[in-house]
Amino acid sequence: MTLMEFGRAILGGTLIGAAATVYWRANGRVAGVSGILRGALVSRSERTVAIPFLVGLVIAGLAGTTAMAMAMGIGRPAVNAGGLPLLGLAGLLVGLGTRISGGCTSGHGVCGLARFSRRALAATLTFIATGALTVFVVSHWLPALRAP
Amino acid sequence: MKATLSAFGAGLLFGVGLLVSGMTDPHRVRAFLDFAGAWNPSLAGVMGGAIAVHGTALWLERRRRGTTVALALQAPIDTRLVTGAAVFGVGWGLAGYCPGPAIVTLGLAPGHGWVFFATMVIGVLIGDAIGSRRDSRDSRDSAAQVPAC
Repeated sequence: MTLMEFGRAILGGTLIGAAATVYWRANGRVAGVSGILRGALVSRSERTVAIPFLVGLVIAGLAGTTAMAMAMGIGRPAVNAGGLPLLGLAGLLVGLGTRISGGCTSGHGVCGLARFSRRALAATLTFIATGALTVFVVSHWLPALRAP
Repeated sequence: MKATLSAFGAGLLFGVGLLVSGMTDPHRVRAFLDFAGAWNPSLAGVMGGAIAVHGTALWLERRRRGTTVALALQAPIDTRLVTGAAVFGVGWGLAGYCPGPAIVTLGLAPGHGWVFFATMVIGVLIGDAIGSRRDSRDSRDSAAQVPAC
C-alpha cells in the first residue's frame, strides 16, 4: 500500500458518501447498488430513479477511459481476474448473494453501517470473511485459477 | 424530472468515487481480501471515507428532525442475511468485482464487463424470485422505509 493509494481510497470514499447522501436526499432511498439494480429490473416505481443512477455509473466508467483519467492513474482498465467461466460464475454468485442478503458493499457496507445497523455489520463481516477465504483458496491452493 | 436528474448525478458521482478509490481495479480488491498474502489494506479507506460523510449527513438529519429513533431497522440477524452475504463474498473474492464497480466496468472495459454483468443480472433475478416468494409468505417487506439495509 502506498500513501497515494490510501489517499485516493479516502477521497473516492468521500465522493461515494456524498453520492449516497444526494441519492437518499432526493428520493429517500438507500444508495445500495445491488438494490438499485434490482429496482431497475423488476420495479416499475423505482425504475425512474434506478435507471438514471445506473447510467451515471456507466458514464463514469466511460470517463475513466479518457486520456486525462489514465494520466492521473484512476482509469486503469480492469483486467480479467481468472478466465471468462470463472468471471461468469462470480457474477452469478454476486447477483444471487446480494439479493438474498438484501445488500452489497454499498447497501450494507456503506449505507447500512452509516446507520449503525447490526444487520449490515453482520453482513459486511460475513462477505469480507468469505471473500478473504475465497482469495486464500484461489491464490494459495488453486494457483491454476490465478490471474495471469 | 428533478428526481431523475439528481439520481443520474448521484450515479455519476458514485461512479467517479469508485474509479478514484481503486474499487474498479479487481487486483486491488483481491489484494485487499488477501489477508494471508500481500495484503493491501488501502481500500479500507473507501468504506471509512464513505461512512464518515454519509453517516454525518444522516446524523445531521436526525438532529434536525429532533428524533432519537435509529434509522436502521432493528430486524434480527437471520440465516438469509448471513447466507446471502456469504455467497456474495465468494463471488466478490473470485472476480474482485462487487455490483457498483461491475457496472462502472461496462463503461471502463466493456469486453469482459458484460459477461460479469449478464450473469449478475441473472443472479439478481433468481435471488429476487426466491425473495418475493418468501416475502409473500412472511410479509417482511419494509422496503419503503429502509430498503437494502
